[in-house]
Amino acid sequence: MLSDSLKQLWHKLGSPRWFFSLTTPWMTGLGAAAGILLIIGAVWGLAFAPADYQQGNSFRIMYVHVPAAMLAQSLYIGMGVAGFVGLVWRMKLTDVAIEACLPLGMLITALALFSGSVWGAPTWGSWWEWDGRTISTLVLFFLYVGIFALREAISDQELRARASALIAMVGTINIPIIKYSVEWWNTLHQPASFTLTEKPAMPSEMWLPLLVMVLGFYCFAAFVVLLRMRVEILTRDINARWVNEWIAEQKVP
Amino acid sequence: MIRGVFRREIQILFRAKGAVINPLAFLTLSTLLFVIAAPAFFYDGQQQPSSVASGILWTLVLLAQLMALDGMYRRDFDSGVLEQILVCAEVPFVAVLIRIFMQWASTGFIIVLCSPVLGFLLGISAHALPELMAGLLLGTPALSLLGSIGASVTVGFNRGGIVLALLVMPLFLPTLIFGADMIEAAEAGRSVMPQIYALSLISLVALAIAPFATLAGLKISLEIQ
Repeated sequence: MLSDSLKQLWHKLGSPRWFFSLTTPWMTGLGAAAGILLIIGAVWGLAFAPADYQQGNSFRIMYVHVPAAMLAQSLYIGMGVAGFVGLVWRMKLTDVAIEACLPLGMLITALALFSGSVWGAPTWGSWWEWDGRTISTLVLFFLYVGIFALREAISDQELRARASALIAMVGTINIPIIKYSVEWWNTLHQPASFTLTEKPAMPSEMWLPLLVMVLGFYCFAAFVVLLRMRVEILTRDINARWVNEWIAEQKVP
Repeated sequence: MIRGVFRREIQILFRAKGAVINPLAFLTLSTLLFVIAAPAFFYDGQQQPSSVASGILWTLVLLAQLMALDGMYRRDFDSGVLEQILVCAEVPFVAVLIRIFMQWASTGFIIVLCSPVLGFLLGISAHALPELMAGLLLGTPALSLLGSIGASVTVGFNRGGIVLALLVMPLFLPTLIFGADMIEAAEAGRSVMPQIYALSLISLVALAIAPFATLAGLKISLEIQ
């Protein structure tokens, strides 16, 4: 019974139109949740959380940096999964998802690098250190750039979808390998003075705002990705009757 | 069929000498450029050039490999042979694997054979040369295998080189790290077993992924469903 309905859901997911009408009621809630969580988390983390006993107030950039770094990886892995599903089951929707995730992922990775650099300036004493995690995040950025360049270079929509799905998949398999080899390299070559001093277990006043920020970032990403997917679906199906009917229903002032 | 593909690849290897000579010439020339551009590092004898030299050598090997990768499938793609092979072969996967192996034999393997000379030019001490060769022997297959994925996707482009570089260079990073580190460890007299294991692991993982991904990429480029 359950597997039947799951199978039905799977088939429905192949239809952009079904996906569009499914996500319509989610958008308002998701956008509001993202806004509220981000505001609460930012105010709580930046103004009310206690200062770190070693790093002082500079640790507060963590409330942007950590969610951004998490999201940067999640979005790439999401693209890899979408690529896998797209190649195996030939769903149109997965390419729409990759198209939606790509620019957001690039920007969020850049944000993670930038906020890390800002954090590094007071903590490590320099804006840029070739630390293991810094490098693997930079490589992640270039993995995004690679797919972006590939998509720019192919004009045919079908070919572009399949090629970028394949490369996203290969990149996702490589992420852990790159990450571990870079960290191994780092631990071998650089003394531990670069890594953050052993932090005490964070008190809840410090990690609760972080949790709120992480949730806020993920809600924001989900909102933006869905929004971009919906626009992309409309653009691609612009000649379909349901799109024109949907546009006619909208009350445009 | 497979034997025919294999024989054809061997013939191509011996007839198109440029495929073997060009990467090697590029590698030697760019090594020369480095030595000329930063003579203090290589002539003085006071500084220890090893840590820089191993990195330079591996980076140049990587770039030479990148140059060679661009043409990996291009001629067969343009002449239509590639499509014929993929359509006709009982196991197209093996045909792809043979192509990758031949690409490695004509670049990576030759580079391994000539690497002691390059090592000398860059001032790597003689007792580290066996490790240098072993590292290249274990690492270059991964470069050919992973690069083949990028080459298969970009083969249809007019100027695929730059996109190819952007796609595969991040994937080359682990090989570069362990390869350069292996030379350094050998120079310092440390054990190189961790690097040997790591390079073998990377090459084996690449061997597991690359032929399938390349096949998928070639089918995309050839628009075979």
